[in-house]
Amino acid sequence: MSEITPTEPQRIATEARDRVRFEEEALELSDQVYRVARRLVGSREEAEDLMQETYARAFRSWQSYTPGTNLRAWLLRILTNLNIDRGRRVQRSPDMQPLEEGDYFLYNKLEENGETDEDRVDRRLSQDDAVTALSEVPHDFRDVLVLVDIGDFSYADAAQILDIPIGTVMSRLHRGRRILKKELAERAVGSNV
Amino acid sequence: MALSFEPDPCERCEELLQPYLDRELSDAERAEAEKHLDGCSYCRKRYRFEVELRRFVRQAAVEEMPPDLKAKLAALRTPL
Repeated sequence: MSEITPTEPQRIATEARDRVRFEEEALELSDQVYRVARRLVGSREEAEDLMQETYARAFRSWQSYTPGTNLRAWLLRILTNLNIDRGRRVQRSPDMQPLEEGDYFLYNKLEENGETDEDRVDRRLSQDDAVTALSEVPHDFRDVLVLVDIGDFSYADAAQILDIPIGTVMSRLHRGRRILKKELAERAVGSNV
Repeated sequence: MALSFEPDPCERCEELLQPYLDRELSDAERAEAEKHLDGCSYCRKRYRFEVELRRFVRQAAVEEMPPDLKAKLAALRTPL
């Protein structure tokens, strides 16, 4: 007689089914995860490598995911940890020196330069301007900015993904957006900033 | 005492811009911002601009996943 109890095959079958379901759900989210990954790193190649490492790890450790919780956030937590572990960025205290420019800065600069139509941002800025300006935002701020503004995560999700307090998410996001606007202003009005 | 924007109501409204658009304000703060925006075209224009700017950056930053990457990810699945 087999050592396997009657319930053992059922357990194995259930586990296999759960694993397949997990893998399928994770793959369905890969487009959304990639959009965030692409802006966290400097090149498409880096983003592809990071995605493959992330999914390899996720598939290996799928049982540590709690069904019913936010799978996209779970995947991005793996991805951001790998990004840090691989030394793609140096962990350091972010520069929290006061930034003189406020949240109306970019609008005010455009207005000073005769551009007052608030509905036509793209008249003065190209897609490349936006991508380059975003890449100029220091990593600590950009991580939060990309998660919230590109990935559509809440402050609480971003805090969980990056393992930082929600207050830190808010302050980095606030500052990151201001830095982004300063970068955009330089591209929109050049040396007049 | 009622919430007040003094001494500079537009400066206060500027502070509330980001959490307002992120829907992270308390009900009282949200009402405070909206009350000011109702009567201030200066701030209203800048809020509208911020909405448009976020949409623009978001669209500009999106780069779709290369088609062959999904196949590479699928190949990482555990064999049955």
